[in-house]
Amino acid sequence: MSGLATFSGTPDSPFTVLWLQSGGCGGCTMSLLCAEGPDVMTTLEGAGISLLWHPSLSEETGDEALDIFARIQAGEIVLDALCVEGALLRGPNGTGRFHMLAGTGRATIEWVRELAGLARYVVAVGTCAAYGGVTAAGLNPTDACGLQYDGRREGGALGAGFRSREGLPVINVAGCPTHPNWVTETLMLLAAGLVSPQDLDAYRRPRFYADHLVHHGCTRNEYYEYKASAEKLSDLGCMMEHLGCLGTQAHADCNTRPWNGEGSCTRGGYSCINCTAPEFEEPGHPFLETPKIAGIPIGLPTDMPKAWFIALSSLAKAATPERLKRNAVSDHPVVPPTVRDIKRR
Amino acid sequence: MSILETGAESAPRRLIVGPFNRVEGDLEVRLEVADGAVTAAYVSSPLFRGFERILEGRDPRDALIIAPRICGICSVSQSQAAALALAGLQGIGPTENGRIATNLLVATENVADHLTHFHLFFMPDFARAAYSGRPWFPAAEARFKAGRGTSARRMVEARATLFHVLGLLAGRWPHTLAIQPGGVTRRADRRDQMRLLATLRAVRGVLEAQLFGAPLEQVAELSDPAELEAWRANGPEGDFRLFLEIAADLGLDRMGRAYDRFLSHGAYPGEEGPFYAAGLMAEGERGAVDPAGITEDHTFARMEERGHPHHPFAGSTLPDAADETGYTWCKAPRLFGRPFETGALARQVVDGQPLLTGLVAQGGGSVYSRVVARLLETARTLIAMEAWVRALDPDAPWCAEGLNPSNGQAAGLTEAARGALGHWVSVERGRIARYQIIAPTTWNFSPRDAQGIPGPLEAALVGARVKPGEKTPISVQHIVRSFDPCMVCTVH
Repeated sequence: MSGLATFSGTPDSPFTVLWLQSGGCGGCTMSLLCAEGPDVMTTLEGAGISLLWHPSLSEETGDEALDIFARIQAGEIVLDALCVEGALLRGPNGTGRFHMLAGTGRATIEWVRELAGLARYVVAVGTCAAYGGVTAAGLNPTDACGLQYDGRREGGALGAGFRSREGLPVINVAGCPTHPNWVTETLMLLAAGLVSPQDLDAYRRPRFYADHLVHHGCTRNEYYEYKASAEKLSDLGCMMEHLGCLGTQAHADCNTRPWNGEGSCTRGGYSCINCTAPEFEEPGHPFLETPKIAGIPIGLPTDMPKAWFIALSSLAKAATPERLKRNAVSDHPVVPPTVRDIKRR
Repeated sequence: MSILETGAESAPRRLIVGPFNRVEGDLEVRLEVADGAVTAAYVSSPLFRGFERILEGRDPRDALIIAPRICGICSVSQSQAAALALAGLQGIGPTENGRIATNLLVATENVADHLTHFHLFFMPDFARAAYSGRPWFPAAEARFKAGRGTSARRMVEARATLFHVLGLLAGRWPHTLAIQPGGVTRRADRRDQMRLLATLRAVRGVLEAQLFGAPLEQVAELSDPAELEAWRANGPEGDFRLFLEIAADLGLDRMGRAYDRFLSHGAYPGEEGPFYAAGLMAEGERGAVDPAGITEDHTFARMEERGHPHHPFAGSTLPDAADETGYTWCKAPRLFGRPFETGALARQVVDGQPLLTGLVAQGGGSVYSRVVARLLETARTLIAMEAWVRALDPDAPWCAEGLNPSNGQAAGLTEAARGALGHWVSVERGRIARYQIIAPTTWNFSPRDAQGIPGPLEAALVGARVKPGEKTPISVQHIVRSFDPCMVCTVH
């Protein structure tokens, strides 16, 4: 870092981004447009980030878009970041023909492999691009994978050994969809030259959001403490015990950095399904059911020894206040917290 | 204007247009061109993911997690269709609050979609250099230039504000899990109602100040083409009037006509039927939709089982990767053998809205009437949303409980922003045995069928003007985008 001039791109030499979509739903782009305070365009502009082309937002279509690709291939335009949204489709039979890049007669996975080799950084936007995601679920009809992961295994479309021109592996801004700020902040950090391998976690997600758990800041924490559990969706209680909530294991800051104003999945009344993780799409049981052995959930909170969990939860259940017991199984608070005389506390 | 751009081009040629952007998902259009006009069009969806197959074998409840992820632009509609199908299986319906809240969630997405389409996908074409000589060009460029236009940017902000409805009532957008067969997972209390009204009020403010220059009620009440013409001539300044001026100058009302056959499953269920009626209009007559007459034809889709059309309860999704006959992953939906157009124009015409009915009587479905329908629907829907927020009753139940049967089948029919959306699910031994989806753009961007009848867009493109030297004809862009296609839904 040599001062503010290099902290971000400038109008003369903006940090250039090419955005491609493959086997996904476009939801990460749609989520990106929900960035606020400031909006996405102001945020990117302010950081000197310029979109060379984006399938939803750019003017250029057809041959004009292909011209931009050709100029990158010819080295006339420096490609700072290649962003890919959506899984890469290897099928059928390794041809990639389940997704042809329209107008080119060529499989998108081939385009991605070529352009990734020219980019200073490669960013997987969303869990599909990172690990395969929902597109790779079930029998995975299209042989979908992520840019550098195939589920939990390294590899994917670019291979385990891939490093972009700046020497970094693919940066996985995982999430289904991604929070708009996870994307803008990653791009801003890249433009500022502030991302090194240590800034990525074990699945190469930016640690600025992946070192948090969804449990942090969950508004149901009091119910969690006393194991006052929701029995059905729309109940107010903790959803870990019966409804498959993975908030205590999911790496993301959803409850401390809300969505769309003041939301999060758990605030919306349903379980965290751990959508920032590889293979979240195949939990091995119905998403909203907690698998248990002898009444104890199989998946325990991250970093918690099982014996302690059992001891603490039986103690907590014995001590659950009536208010939490009743509210936990209701869709609205039926017992408010007691108002106590402050002097008699 | 250079000499190359004058005069008609006579030698027949073939154009392949793609990547076709500012639509949702992937699209390629093959055009045959002669005498300066399109003579035939072949529409291709070049991305196949196979969601219908991904759903097979799963617990039916998982459809509420998988199906919305077909599409990030209309995930709430997909969610509602799945929830309706599961409700049908379970033999339950949503609670009153659940029904109203679901309507609010779907309406939020639909209004946001209309705004995204108009400001970010459709209007930037009029800010392109090709139109730099037109009198309205400086205004169009200032407001709609891709990524820079003042109106476009303001609408991106308004859209983000509007999605606070989803943040508050449903946790987030896209891919909420709040919509369930029996209602919604989150109650709104009195405070939430006030916050929702504040959000809607803020969005109303932007629409009235910038898009329409007038109260939403004034737009919603437009009742015949002469009134719209008066708005163009003397109406309040706004993006809407600028569009009307551009449309008149370029003859957008004579561009992109398909079959004038319209289909709607009906939107926003109410106690006495949907807020926007279900039904069809064909050959100038209104009628009911009989879902038993819906089939998909695989003749020109890269799908196996081409021999006969399939009702969705008997449909299949078996990609035929070696195939050379098919030119798209999109199947061809038909209602009693005929292609239908669906979308905001269809919804409004089927609902009997007088202005749109009048415009269709004059010039049919066109680039113009499709865009007017979307804007008018935006006003109508936002007004309704305010009333729905007030109708929520915090103390009444929000979500009913049901049980999925081990065996059974049911359909969930609803409207996404782009039109009729249906999910057909069959369950055997407690697992999804078959899941078939027909999305709005599957109807609109259908390929040819066994009879060789083109889909609505394919028909609408015939006659589109192609200027000499144009590789991506601008008229084709207007026509394609006037449908607001969602390709990821199309082939799911």
